[in-house]
Amino acid sequence: MEILLFGITREIVGQNQLTVPTQDRPETVGKLKEWLAQQYPALQKLSSLAVAVDSEYADDAQPLPSGAEVALIPPVSGG
Amino acid sequence: MHISIVDQIDLNEAYQQLQSDSAGGVNLFVGTVRDHAQGKQVTKLVFEAYVPMALKQMEKIALQAQQQWPLEGLVMQHAVGEKQIGEPVVVIGTSSAHRDASFAACRFLIDELKKTVPIWKKEYYQDNSVWVNAHP
Repeated sequence: MEILLFGITREIVGQNQLTVPTQDRPETVGKLKEWLAQQYPALQKLSSLAVAVDSEYADDAQPLPSGAEVALIPPVSGG
Repeated sequence: MHISIVDQIDLNEAYQQLQSDSAGGVNLFVGTVRDHAQGKQVTKLVFEAYVPMALKQMEKIALQAQQQWPLEGLVMQHAVGEKQIGEPVVVIGTSSAHRDASFAACRFLIDELKKTVPIWKKEYYQDNSVWVNAHP
């Protein structure tokens, strides 16, 4: 599973995309967040961290179907 | 409605897109690069967007504005890439028969854009740089 990264999450991870190994594949947004917190503790220091599934904000209960486009959304600061 | 993520803001284009024979008022809000933040001198900004999602979120906000106010025209342009002091980075435009709707909708659109649209700004100072809003 590939996760798109932007802004500070790209800098924390050190690449534009993150691959979640098949054996760790999270079933929900909430499980993905738990996995990320373990792998990259610096993500927990952010003011907030949202996950987008197919370009929509997703809550923790939302499943992560294979083939979905998943992205991390750190605090936005446009405008 | 005209919604875009661009390399360069085009104010003339935005104004043309807002003109309408039935509109008696046109509002344009232009967000620009300020030379200071939190008491430090800013040297430049760099913007990054998750483009497909940003466009989708901007469209949602625009639809809400259209439902709330009788608008003739609506423009949202946001720039990405490196921007120098004084350069425009976002333009929000609205037009309506009477000015009240344009003023209110324009304010709503920029306020909502700042809350939900996945665009990020990195502020560069003389000695370091930070992603704005990233940390508490």
